[in-house]
Amino acid sequence: MASVHSKPATNGANPLVALKILVAGGFGVGKTTLVGSVSEIRPLHTEEALTGASQPVDNINGVEQKTTTTVAMDFGRITIRDGLCLYLFGTPGQDRFWFMWDELTQGALGAVVLADTRRLADCFPAVDYFEHRDIPFVVGVNCFEGSRRYQPDQVSSALDLDDGTPVVLFDARERDSGKQVLIRLVEHVSERYPQPEPVAAAQQPGGALPKRPLRQ
Amino acid sequence: MTDSTPQWYDDEAGPLVRLYAMTAGRARSVGETALDLMATIEASPMVPDNPMLSPEKLTLLRICQRQPQTVTDIASESNLPLGVVRVLLGDLIGAGYITVSRPIQPTQLPDSHILKEVLDGLRAL
Ligand SMILES: Nc1nc2c(ncn2[C@@H]2O[C@H](COP(=O)(O)OP(=O)(O)OP(=O)(O)O)[C@@H](O)[C@H]2O)c(=O)[nH]1
Ligand SMILES: [Mg+2]
Repeated sequence: MASVHSKPATNGANPLVALKILVAGGFGVGKTTLVGSVSEIRPLHTEEALTGASQPVDNINGVEQKTTTTVAMDFGRITIRDGLCLYLFGTPGQDRFWFMWDELTQGALGAVVLADTRRLADCFPAVDYFEHRDIPFVVGVNCFEGSRRYQPDQVSSALDLDDGTPVVLFDARERDSGKQVLIRLVEHVSERYPQPEPVAAAQQPGGALPKRPLRQ
Repeated sequence: MTDSTPQWYDDEAGPLVRLYAMTAGRARSVGETALDLMATIEASPMVPDNPMLSPEKLTLLRICQRQPQTVTDIASESNLPLGVVRVLLGDLIGAGYITVSRPIQPTQLPDSHILKEVLDGLRAL
């Protein structure tokens, strides 16, 4: 009789696989639009420490020291199947929100950086940010009406992107178009991870050693 | 005369006094690093609703009891700010009402089968 390997329970015992994708880019570039077109968008409130410029002038008697306000982020979920979900976070690009980015990029699958060619410089900080942290990302160029059309390689060289970082021209308002950007991102991420070894080869003495993933 | 009306900064901001009253002034849960956004919370079996829990904790507990879900989902569904939710979930973990499992990090993905599944899923959307 063939031996039956007991499989771990798939219900309850397995943690949910929840993969984070960040949607970043300058002010008004289409972050909320993208999250909303590909997923069911829901608000997520977070607290922001009020410092310096954003410190309120009004009297906040009774709450000394604890000067925070809540900020709404775009949050959308795509359910791939029971127990496997993509979580999209549309993150405000202003400097004062970077504290959220640090947390969101922790363990993130990757990011979409949205760019508008009429003001390309707005996406420089996001590109820098993900490059420095070695987070895989794609650049989605939103083709706004009246903006000149550029080819992806022109955008890529203007941004001085690493070879292999995809640039996709798209329209954040179109669900299918937004989907293509996410697909491109996941393909790009897949290239970083080892392909599954055939089980027999992995178990053979002298078989290929498992490859360490590139990310630390 | 004391003014008990919560103070609001603007329409987007919540009532601050209440926010910190809920967590007894704590911004972080004690002795713990902040709960990961993607950590899965599961209600412990057979824990009766405790009427001594604050309304906010009861709300969170009920959300957790429906099905295991992430800290992000719970925060979004409860409409409470993330930081407050973390502190309160931390208390509920400490009291044994709920348990937390660490999220799978992309580097720990068993293999690229999951990514393949994600790709197929996205294409089929
Ligand atoms: N033509 C065109 N318009 C777009 C596209 N994406 C977004 N828009 C429009 O651009 C405006 C701003 O889009 P949002 O999605 O609010 O941008 P955002 O990045 O979330 O903006 P902030 O959160 O304020 O930084 C909206 O009026 C959208 O309808 C696009 O791909 N093409
Ligand atoms: Mg927005």
